[in-house]
Amino acid sequence: MNRSFIARNPSVLIFLALLALFTLVVTGLSEGFGIGFISTSFVKVLGKTLCLCLIAIAMDLIWGYTGILSLGHFAFFGLGGYMIGMWLMYERTRQIVENALSEGVLPPTPEEIETGIGNQIFGVVGSSDFPLIWAFADSFVLQLAFVVLVPGILALVFGWLAFRSRVTGVYLSILTQAMTLGLSLYLFQNASGLRGNNGLSGLQNLPGVTAPQSVVSLWFFWASALALALGYLLVAWVVSGKFGSVIRGIRDNEARVRFLGYSVETYKLAVFTLTACISGIAGALYYPQAGIINPAEVAPIASIYLAVWVAIGGRGRLYGAVIGTAFVSLVSSWFTGGQAPDVPLGFYTVKWVDWWLVLLGLSFVMVTLYAPKGIGGLIDLLKRKRKDADA
Amino acid sequence: MKTLLLALCFALSLGHSALAQTRSVQDVLQSQRALIEESSRRTIGPAIDALVASGLPQIQKVLEIWQAKDMWQRKADGLFFTATKEADGTYRLRDFDQGADVGTAAASDLRQLKPNSGVRAMIATALVQFQLSDPDVAKRADALDSIARDPEVALLAPLRASIKGETDADILARKTRLERLMSMAYDSDVATRVAAINDMSGDLGVDFRATLNPILSVTRVVSKTRPEANIAQKLIVGSDALTRDAAYALLVAAGDAPVEITADARDATLEAHIDGGRVAGFPAAQLSTEVARDAAYDALVARDLAAPRVTQADIDASLATYRFFDVYAEPSQAVTDAAEAALAASETRVAISQAADLGLDALSLASIYFLAAIGLAITFGVMGVINMAHGEFIMMGAYTGYVVQMFVPNHTVSILISVPLAFAVTFAAGVALERLVVRWLYHRPLETLLATFGVSIALQQLAKNIFGTQARPLTSPPWLDGAWVINDVVSISYIRIAIFILALLFLALFLFIMKRTRLGLETRAVTQNPRMAASMGINPDRVNMLTFGLGSGIAGIAGVAIGLFAKVTSEMGSDYIVQSFMTVVVGGVGNIWGTLAGAAMIGGFQKGVEFLNPSNTLAAQTYMIIFIIIFIQFRPRGIIALKGRAAGD
Repeated sequence: MNRSFIARNPSVLIFLALLALFTLVVTGLSEGFGIGFISTSFVKVLGKTLCLCLIAIAMDLIWGYTGILSLGHFAFFGLGGYMIGMWLMYERTRQIVENALSEGVLPPTPEEIETGIGNQIFGVVGSSDFPLIWAFADSFVLQLAFVVLVPGILALVFGWLAFRSRVTGVYLSILTQAMTLGLSLYLFQNASGLRGNNGLSGLQNLPGVTAPQSVVSLWFFWASALALALGYLLVAWVVSGKFGSVIRGIRDNEARVRFLGYSVETYKLAVFTLTACISGIAGALYYPQAGIINPAEVAPIASIYLAVWVAIGGRGRLYGAVIGTAFVSLVSSWFTGGQAPDVPLGFYTVKWVDWWLVLLGLSFVMVTLYAPKGIGGLIDLLKRKRKDADA
Repeated sequence: MKTLLLALCFALSLGHSALAQTRSVQDVLQSQRALIEESSRRTIGPAIDALVASGLPQIQKVLEIWQAKDMWQRKADGLFFTATKEADGTYRLRDFDQGADVGTAAASDLRQLKPNSGVRAMIATALVQFQLSDPDVAKRADALDSIARDPEVALLAPLRASIKGETDADILARKTRLERLMSMAYDSDVATRVAAINDMSGDLGVDFRATLNPILSVTRVVSKTRPEANIAQKLIVGSDALTRDAAYALLVAAGDAPVEITADARDATLEAHIDGGRVAGFPAAQLSTEVARDAAYDALVARDLAAPRVTQADIDASLATYRFFDVYAEPSQAVTDAAEAALAASETRVAISQAADLGLDALSLASIYFLAAIGLAITFGVMGVINMAHGEFIMMGAYTGYVVQMFVPNHTVSILISVPLAFAVTFAAGVALERLVVRWLYHRPLETLLATFGVSIALQQLAKNIFGTQARPLTSPPWLDGAWVINDVVSISYIRIAIFILALLFLALFLFIMKRTRLGLETRAVTQNPRMAASMGINPDRVNMLTFGLGSGIAGIAGVAIGLFAKVTSEMGSDYIVQSFMTVVVGGVGNIWGTLAGAAMIGGFQKGVEFLNPSNTLAAQTYMIIFIIIFIQFRPRGIIALKGRAAGD
């Protein structure tokens, strides 16, 4: 079964081979294990880009293949980040507090340690008590499970409510946007129990690990690459079989699929929940590399950018999503990082830091109008063959 | 005539003016000479009182001169004068009684009286009673302000005396009100106080409640027997009003019970008694639990090295022997009862007024949402085009207003110019957007969403590049400043009223265009069936373009209105875009009454949640969104759903 699936999708093999090669090259050039050509911070940028590619694949599955334009997938991404961030922050703070208290005359009691951690983490929002949602923050396994479960359950409940009442098209898009706006506003409150607008910080420090950041960044890079490879395989497998045919059918004509006797809502809900789980995993890998997560990360604009990346890369093909995301986010950080040369026009100097978003916005309009297949469409032109399934 | 009247009221206010015939100001000053010379805040009181009690008509002048440090004393005979500096450096003296010139004197022969700030404040208080009857209305108002700020028993009588002669209606009302307030706090007669409280019962004023609160202030008293005092309530230990810990703390504070040993105190004692790594035989390194530390501490107690711990049983026993009371500082029960009743009546009325105020707030928020959403009701509601750049059209309108104000300094004129100009600018932008982008995507709504979003981020960044990131002011014309104050609780700013009226105007305009004009007819025809409309001779492209332009133009005008009360930034559009779509979707797409209902519902709900949880406006928005998501479950097509073929898909 698996053999035939790979055989039917040579692009999957090519992608995995390229990803493996890329990982090896980056490792070889890195500061941690290689010749030091690539700085640690750039390794982190590349690792984060891989995580963004992973959520882009999820976005492609829900939008490109199922036809549901979700403008809220960064909510799941952020939730995944918060879940792993809780454990990272708790464990690291516990070590710091234990070290500090062990210098006292009397050995610390469990209560003193708990209060100390509470003060450290929640002092910034004027509290020292642990909210209920931190009950399992000391358990790595449980928090790891929450990375998948919390976004999954939110998606399940939200999706069930939305699909059940047949909210479709742009209405669903706006509703998902409202969901992520609601989540970000909720997290902005100090009373949310997740440190309000301070967010969770210091996530780049793994508790109990003394290895330097140059090495840790590579571990995360490998993990991100592995997750992307597995996610790509999973989604490619999902869309290649009968299930894939049904969801493409839903994208192209929902009513007809329903009349054929398929439970459209169940399929949509399954895809929505699966992509939310993948997004959660991507977020859990992204934020330890970013080092900090705050509610602004789940603001509606982030999810719209996700749609932009996928659209520019080319919807309905997985490598398109990856290419679009990698291209736009790397070019974006190049332009906004101030590395792009300014363009002097004599009467006015175009500073890319200021003008990049204008360019991005307009090129996005152009892509939507003239190249709905995105960058992936160029590959089609090169190959001179069309994939009728993705029409 | 006026002078006569004032003289009359002066005579009334200072009843014993007959004395004035026999004594001079100088006599009075000389009788208080020692105190005046000493000029200390603690001792000056009787001197000022004596001056006031003399009833001489010149006293006000004397006090003012004294306060202004213009009173001088001749060293030779100790007489007081007012002095002005002459050109040759000497001082010309005048007496206080007749103002007669008594010659000049060298500075070395005189002593200037320099009352310090404390004394000057006491003089000012004494002056208040004169100022209450001052011919100048502004001075009388100042005097009332000063009394209201710092009421005193002594001022009640002069205030009452001044009411009769008051001619100005406003001042009279203020005097009467102040007299009532001071009566309830300071009058010596209980019946008068109760009457004053009952008079004003249910009043909404903050000053009324501020006067009642000190009357009702209580102190907590611990006693074995019922105290002989005006008891507000007997407290039950363990209730919300008095927790067990608080009750015990009261006992400790009163010295009737031993202090509880806190964990910190226990740990400090343990640390102090570490001896060779052991505390009372327990190894210090093993004291890592509460139980172990308690055991070690008890061992210390057994060796008489520490105070015994207070057990829960001890606390219960102590609490059982005492009773706890809230006792009014005010001794008269009649007064406190009346005050309680009056305060309760006030609070009921305040609650009603607050509800009314909340209603006004909700109405105002709803009209803002409506204003932001009405353009969208045309482009999205009627045409079905998702325009994510709608918020940026609002922003463009607001910036148009700002630019016009830079050239036209008169705010009224500039607003009158900017409204049509904002319409023109955003109409043009809307037409351009329709022709260049939206037209090619009519059958791909999701892609319209994305393409217009691209336009949105480009416009937003463009505005940032042109106008910078800081907020720009859009100043409202002076006649829109201020607020319509209904009472102390309910008020609404004129700008919000103007926005409400503007929202109503737009509603009328929308209805007129859609129902009564050729464009509206053609728009409705094109949205229902473009091909059929085209075969009737309507040009669908032109109609779509104009309709889109109209919706965008209205967004521009809304931008001017929103800019008047919110800050104008490049991001102001994105603040409204999600709410605007919500408003249209919740209300029901394609129906302006639905948009109105949606705006009213969202505005009302948000204000309602804010009222329940006033410290947290973020929570209100979160709950609003959750509410909308749930609401959509039950009415997926909004409050007012189109039925039949018009509903389409």
